[in-house]
Amino acid sequence: MKKYIVLGLLAVLGYYLMSIFLLVDFGLPHFAHGVKDVYLSSSKNILKVSNAVTAIVVNFRGFDTLGEVTVLFLSATAMSGILYKKRHDIGERSILFPASSIIRSGAKMLFPSITLLGIYVFIHGHLSPGGGFQGGTIIATGFLLMLLTYQNYSVSHNRLVWVESVAGMLFVIIGLAGYFMKGSFLENVLPVGELNDLFSGGVIGIIYVLVGFKVAAELIGIIYTILHEKG
Amino acid sequence: MEKYLDILEIAIYGSAVALILIGLYGALTKKSLIKIVLGLSIMDSGIHLMMIALGYLKGGTAPIFSKGFENSADQMVDPIPQALVLTAIVIGFGVTAVALSLVIRLYRHHDTLRIDEIKNLKW
Repeated sequence: MKKYIVLGLLAVLGYYLMSIFLLVDFGLPHFAHGVKDVYLSSSKNILKVSNAVTAIVVNFRGFDTLGEVTVLFLSATAMSGILYKKRHDIGERSILFPASSIIRSGAKMLFPSITLLGIYVFIHGHLSPGGGFQGGTIIATGFLLMLLTYQNYSVSHNRLVWVESVAGMLFVIIGLAGYFMKGSFLENVLPVGELNDLFSGGVIGIIYVLVGFKVAAELIGIIYTILHEKG
Repeated sequence: MEKYLDILEIAIYGSAVALILIGLYGALTKKSLIKIVLGLSIMDSGIHLMMIALGYLKGGTAPIFSKGFENSADQMVDPIPQALVLTAIVIGFGVTAVALSLVIRLYRHHDTLRIDEIKNLKW
């Protein structure tokens, strides 16, 4: 019975959502002239950053990104708080069967290249698709592979906390430097270079590298917390 | 070309709305807590698809001024929804992680994942 009520309500909701969105023509230059042009031209001419999405995320909405990284940090903290255990209760990792030797050697071979790919993605965040969040996630998948393969592979919790807090503090310090030298938080204090150069965009590249380290540390912490949960 | 765009419009907006509705259906009717969290996360991806589709431009390129594309700002898709979705994906990940850890905690306490068997939780 409940199922049919829910289906009826969802049908009404779907009808109205569709009728609203069919009014917005798909693929036509509706929003093309206005906010988009300002963002694109100032990202190209003032900031000299070729990836406009990175320019928006790190510079125009830099404060938003600081809050986003803080939310990620809070959720990682809340997870380890919710799944809290006394120290002597921490059990073995919940892997059901040991990995075969093919997976063991494959993981050992793949791990450095996955990490290198992640570092490449977040260093070139202002030149090509990608950035700090994506690169950090790639690095965390490399650690997930190692943690799933080797039962005695462990990541030092203190080291993760250090990486995370140093990266977050440097982010805020760069923002404060912008406040004291240029007058507003997260303002660009370094010289912008040439378009499509690795050292372009001033602080944007540096901030995205810091975000990459922070996201990688937080995701590895979350994975580690979940893996040490015995069922 | 117009005909093609019409079909594409219905297909993309329709699949975004369908994802939202499927997620909401799962979150409202399923009994297992894991399936409820999965439903919320499916709803998330529908909303992301819809926001990205709103910023699309016919025949547009990615908003990246790489070599050879320095002067093609007119043909670029809107970068603002993409930046917003980048934020929304990360927030959605954090919400899912916290929700799953609450599910683990409930399972540890009640030894079941079905919400109709957990006595002090009402639908």
